[in-house]
Amino acid sequence: MALLIRNGYVYDPMNGIDGEKMDILVEGGKIVDKLKSAEYEVIDASGMIVMPGGVDIHSHIAGSEVNAGRLLRPEDHAKDVELKTEITRSGVGYSVPSTFTTGYRYAKMGYTTVMNPSMPPLEAKHTHEELCDTPIIDKATYPLLGDWWFVLEYLRDGKIEECALHVAWMLYATKGYAIKIVNPGGLEAWGFGRNVRDIDDPVPYFNVTPREIIRGLCKVNKLLHLPHTIHVHTNNLGKPGNYETTLQTMKCVEDLSSGDKPCIHITHCQFSAFKGVDWREFYSGAEDIAKYVNFHKHVTMDMGQVIFTDTTTMTADGPFQYILHELTGNKWVNHDVETETSSGIVPFRYRRRSYVHSIQWCIGLELALLIRNPWRIFLTTDHPNAGPFTSYPQVIGWLISRKAREETLSKLNKRARETALLPSIDREYSLYEVAIATRAGQARALGLKDKGHLGVGGDADIAIYDVDPRKIGPSTQYDEYVKAFSKAAYTIKEGEIVVRNGEVVKVLDGKTYWVKVSSNSEYEVSEDMKRRFTEYWTVQFDNYPVSEAYLKRSKPVQVESEV
Amino acid sequence: MRKIENVICPVCGSLCDDITVYVEDNRVVEVENTCAVGRAKFLNYGLHRKPKPLIRKNGELKEASIEEAVRRSAEILTESKYPILYGWSSTSCEAIRVGLELAEEVGGIIDNTSTVCHGPSILSIQDVGIPSCTLGQLRHRADLVIYWGSDPYSAHPRHIERYTVFSEGRFQKSGWRSFIRRLSGKLVKKRLSRVAELILRRKLTFPEEKYALPPYFISEEERKLVVVDVRKTRTAEVADYFLQVKPNTDYEVLQALRMLVNDQDLEVDEVAGIPVKTLEDLADLMISCDLGILFFGVGLTMSKGKLRNVDAALSLVRDLNKRTKFLIMPMRGHYNVTGANVVFTWQTGYPYAVDFSLGYPRYNPGETSVVDILRRGECDAGLVIASDPVSNFPASAAKTLVDNPLIVIDPDVTPTSMMADVVFPSAYIGIEAEGTAYRMDHVPLRLKKVVEPPPNCLPDQEILARILREVRRIRRG
Repeated sequence: MALLIRNGYVYDPMNGIDGEKMDILVEGGKIVDKLKSAEYEVIDASGMIVMPGGVDIHSHIAGSEVNAGRLLRPEDHAKDVELKTEITRSGVGYSVPSTFTTGYRYAKMGYTTVMNPSMPPLEAKHTHEELCDTPIIDKATYPLLGDWWFVLEYLRDGKIEECALHVAWMLYATKGYAIKIVNPGGLEAWGFGRNVRDIDDPVPYFNVTPREIIRGLCKVNKLLHLPHTIHVHTNNLGKPGNYETTLQTMKCVEDLSSGDKPCIHITHCQFSAFKGVDWREFYSGAEDIAKYVNFHKHVTMDMGQVIFTDTTTMTADGPFQYILHELTGNKWVNHDVETETSSGIVPFRYRRRSYVHSIQWCIGLELALLIRNPWRIFLTTDHPNAGPFTSYPQVIGWLISRKAREETLSKLNKRARETALLPSIDREYSLYEVAIATRAGQARALGLKDKGHLGVGGDADIAIYDVDPRKIGPSTQYDEYVKAFSKAAYTIKEGEIVVRNGEVVKVLDGKTYWVKVSSNSEYEVSEDMKRRFTEYWTVQFDNYPVSEAYLKRSKPVQVESEV
Repeated sequence: MRKIENVICPVCGSLCDDITVYVEDNRVVEVENTCAVGRAKFLNYGLHRKPKPLIRKNGELKEASIEEAVRRSAEILTESKYPILYGWSSTSCEAIRVGLELAEEVGGIIDNTSTVCHGPSILSIQDVGIPSCTLGQLRHRADLVIYWGSDPYSAHPRHIERYTVFSEGRFQKSGWRSFIRRLSGKLVKKRLSRVAELILRRKLTFPEEKYALPPYFISEEERKLVVVDVRKTRTAEVADYFLQVKPNTDYEVLQALRMLVNDQDLEVDEVAGIPVKTLEDLADLMISCDLGILFFGVGLTMSKGKLRNVDAALSLVRDLNKRTKFLIMPMRGHYNVTGANVVFTWQTGYPYAVDFSLGYPRYNPGETSVVDILRRGECDAGLVIASDPVSNFPASAAKTLVDNPLIVIDPDVTPTSMMADVVFPSAYIGIEAEGTAYRMDHVPLRLKKVVEPPPNCLPDQEILARILREVRRIRRG
């Protein structure tokens, strides 16, 4: 299918295009500079914004943790249903939507690539089965490796290269994309109901510290030349005063970065930017974190922006989720995975009246506004932990308009309103910066070369929003932008129009990206590991890996490693 | 003769994946590592099968082609106003996915065997949540294992040796040694008392306290196995401690334990006939373990109180987490009932009893659950796959099922298939066809194909896909 998108205002930060009126040509699923075919469809994008399709670096959409959340919340589903149509399957929303609904709703917002951040390796088949039932969007998923016994043992013994070989095998066996680390060491301690106190607190029975785990996996990541950096959910997440742990986490790999390339991604940083000592003496640590990020080039992060709504928290951070259950008294699901990781799910409501929640709301936006380089901080809500992904347009509204922020601030807890830093921040994101925060920056951080831009050769994943940037001022008429970003005029995936005017008009299967490491030595698992395999897991080695048959459209990304 | 290793047994929720199968002339001739139940399935599958599709004509089931059977099935489903699609627990996830699409297409009810088994557990989990894990966590860490209202020795024979007390873990040794020691100790005691009787020339009696916990419990470092049930089951015979509860009193006992764990005083001397002293000892045992696990079965879900019993058990374990690490897990029966719940949930948001009649998924067990719909006589057609409701449902429900047009997809001849209007003999998943299944602890495994099925026996997934295609064709044309 060939397309000519005419006269739109194009925002393509990777190619330096800032609202220029230009045409975009699409053929064979790619952006081209000339159309070969005589027949093509014309999309009149006059008075509209044209951006690359949205890229989401961190959103819990598939796998055992997410599905446990779905099971736990029939009351959440009953209020938000999707009817079956001629071309779409029925489903349910709100905070933990069913799989078909997830794909459709992302596409309706103009998003075309979503990363599922938490995959317990033993249950990888489950994640991939669900991703296959998530239509339209391209996807990938990150295996949880920060508490994997083999990682703990190799890093304790200083065997970085051995560790790298086994991580490469694990990425292959789980069809994973990046190394995910959650509360390193804490999840293994949670196996017996404990946690780790800070990054130098040794993991019980394993005699290795979170610092060593983070540094070790950072080195592994470099040896393997993985497209993304290590993706880290810090220790002490959700604990007042934890901004110090976050600073230490970023500092501990400072010496491992090369040049300007980032070597660590701190995810949903809002939850890790708490200052103070308890829930009463509680402040934003965003300024300190932003200061560090502004002077160091090796860190990227995503916001984890709070939305005031009833949502569902779900992370691999078992001990933290238990604390949340104790705090709220809400129902609690826990699922520890042998040899590897854990997870917990607790429903949670963010309230405007609450001082703490109001400060949390400020923290996410302060991070985005105080970090000067938009290529370092990305828009997420850690869906569904801080809010459902369908709230992204609302977050865009807060970023582009001080007035929007003031309106929300006026309804917040009084003490928060009067003491927070956010009200005094003037900065407003330009649409160019929005394009970075929601597409270009995320794609670049992920190392997805064909995504997040509209240059020739890129994937034809395009979003067109019906709002005229020359006529409608983002700062004052932000609600026009929120509306436009909620309901794409057109979403194009691989050159096919999948959404028109906020409705799905065509359904196709997206690709699943995963990393295939080719190494100098055999990364075939050693006989020793195979033997220990049966001691460590309750499944046989042969039954563990995910075959490519589980991926509807497998898209391996080849990398050359140094080991 | 071919030897195939790492085969996964398609019988119970343990989903043992270390089976070795020997195949000769397209038939399984020998297996290793299975329990007796697994062995029976691998060696005897299909012995009574009728490998041709059947359609009822003039009151009698007659052989037919697959195409005819598909067409007749599609006609039944499209002509029906409120069909039910039931079963799903002994087939693959791939088949279940097609089944959900079919149910949505015909606007029917889709329900799986949880509705008569662990449905109450699911309802309680949706209220309370559940602190759980994968089975390997228990092999490595659990030093206190409780089976409540569940008899793994009979229903999940390899459970104890693969996952709990008789397995060897990183932090816990197998309890096998202490079990042998105790057995020898019992034998020695028996012999000594026999000798003493001969010498003293009279019968000896040892005052036994019915409910007392064994004295070695507090000092014993090794794994402990506790069984709670209404009768002394085979599992209870190998347990370190067996607590006999009166039928239909589990709720009171669980709540009493909860009170003790939460440091509340019990103002009575006994609960459901059990002395409070025993309950206090049991509570101490639970609090002082390193990691405890409570497995529960239909003894809780289908006795008086049903989901309230499970609620109490879940709440007890949740409360225990204030003091130590404690987990809980339902003992799932069919090898893929967990998979049925998992697939239903990711596609519709709900784990069983899903109603598509309004064009979107609705969930209200009691209203949308199959047994209730059948008893109220509300449905007018049925598709039953991988289960046998005529044998297992209440008579009034089974009656509605057979009084209406009925399609059955099953590898075997069953009472349900004998009453059907269309019968598809299907391939055995895990033996004649591949497929994904989920273990009771949610670990997904890919079941293997080790032999070829007979020519007219297709995998469930394929049969359902053909019916769906035909349904769509009828609707369009």
